[in-house]
Amino acid sequence: MTNYIVPQNVAISDSGFLFQPATGESYTLNEIGKLIFKMLQSNSSGEQIIEKVCEEYDAEAKSVERDLEDFITQLKHYSLLKLS
Amino acid sequence: MADKKRYERPVINKHYSGLMNKFGSRPTTAPKTEIDGVPVNDLVKQFGSPLYVFSEKQIRNNQRNALRIFKTRYPKVQFAWSYKTNYLNAICNIFHQEGSWAEVVSEFEYDKARKLGIKGEHIIFNGPDKSREALLKAIKEKAKIHIDHFDELYDIIELTQETNLKAQVAIRVNLDVGVYPKWDRFGFNYENGEATQALKRIMMNKNLQLIGLHTHIGTYMMTAEAYRIAASKLASLARFLKDEYDTIVNYIDMGGGFASHNTLIGQYLPAEEVVPSMEQFAEAIASGLYELNFKVDEMPTLILETGRALIDDTGYIISTVLANKRLSTGRRALVIDAGVNLLFTGFWYKHSINPAQDSGVNIEDTTIFGPLCMNIDVIRETINFPSLKKGDRVVIDYTGAYNNTQWMQFINMRPNVVMVMEDSTVELIRKSENLDYMLNREILPDKLK
Repeated sequence: MTNYIVPQNVAISDSGFLFQPATGESYTLNEIGKLIFKMLQSNSSGEQIIEKVCEEYDAEAKSVERDLEDFITQLKHYSLLKLS
Repeated sequence: MADKKRYERPVINKHYSGLMNKFGSRPTTAPKTEIDGVPVNDLVKQFGSPLYVFSEKQIRNNQRNALRIFKTRYPKVQFAWSYKTNYLNAICNIFHQEGSWAEVVSEFEYDKARKLGIKGEHIIFNGPDKSREALLKAIKEKAKIHIDHFDELYDIIELTQETNLKAQVAIRVNLDVGVYPKWDRFGFNYENGEATQALKRIMMNKNLQLIGLHTHIGTYMMTAEAYRIAASKLASLARFLKDEYDTIVNYIDMGGGFASHNTLIGQYLPAEEVVPSMEQFAEAIASGLYELNFKVDEMPTLILETGRALIDDTGYIISTVLANKRLSTGRRALVIDAGVNLLFTGFWYKHSINPAQDSGVNIEDTTIFGPLCMNIDVIRETINFPSLKKGDRVVIDYTGAYNNTQWMQFINMRPNVVMVMEDSTVELIRKSENLDYMLNREILPDKLK
């Protein structure tokens, strides 16, 4: 996870609205999606993200890890994560 | 420590401009947590997953409703349960308890009906495949034999000569009702005079007693008018018999083929909005038959072999999520433990599928695959579906017709089938198969041991 970074200038609002100026595309994230994306922006590691989510939400680390993998796959698909 | 917030998987949805759906988005999927008052999770705990579930109440309602609809439009109505649609004994017996006869299309189905205690005279024997042995049995037991082709007619003539028994026969007629495809592979054609020819041949033989006329114009018919045309053409044959031979047929059998509320793949609007109602089918058939202009006591009984429209919405498949996947296109996919081996109708219907537990509000365009290691195993190509996790359950609706007869023993064995009874108890009506069951019919030659 540390190999990926969020491209510069990607903006995300408090309501979860995300804008990528390089492509002009916009997205909506749910609350957890927003939390994770912000952590990725500040270069948090996968472990840190899982720990944080489990701290705030009623979730098991195992299922958060699985969902995080899927979420990252999607972000990569939308080019919202790139190789560092 | 304060209560933690409810977890929901992270979701990102891309905005698409200029591609608004004029019908709006689908309302949030309501979970289907129970079937006829019995919790889905309890059913799975007791009987496993995947699981077929039938509703006794719904079957009886459908049959009573259909009978009422036809009886308010035509004086004499008799239903015959179409075995091929679902021939599980428990299902057949509900229909028989409701007064339906049996409509069978093979010797196997015929024997099944007899084993359930249905008298030969209450069995309609249809179909192009009737062996001489089967025909002889049917003749002896006074079943109603619906002749499909001339070769069968000659077989019956021979058998009745050999045994000096009388056969109760009707002919199946195929006719042009203006819909495509024309089902002209079954029975005798009306337009080219073949049907009249067959009737003449029957009337000449003293061992054959012509008791009815039969047609079945197709399946999943989306127009009621076709039935009016068919009924009116059969009525004209009945009039021909009365005028030429002073014979009044006991019944006119209009077959089945009424569409159910499942939406076909490729159909734009949901089935509920486009298929005619049972009332419209009944109205069309009755108005066609009234062209007979017979006296009231001479009016033939109307026989209906409705299958799909009576059973489809009474059956469900409960299935469990095996895996979540992301396809190469970024599209979400769900793998569940019920595939096309159990949901044969998935090849032509867009079955409605609902989660069996609260699954949040985030829906995503998803493909639902079955568990088979085969590319064809797709339950829904595209469906707006909430995020489910491994082990969650889904309920597939309207699976009652054809899935318990066309199911495949392919890669996996067939699971349990249960019925939720009117008193809310649950009965196992077919046990899941096991390896012993599978190996029972196999023979391994000594040379290969």
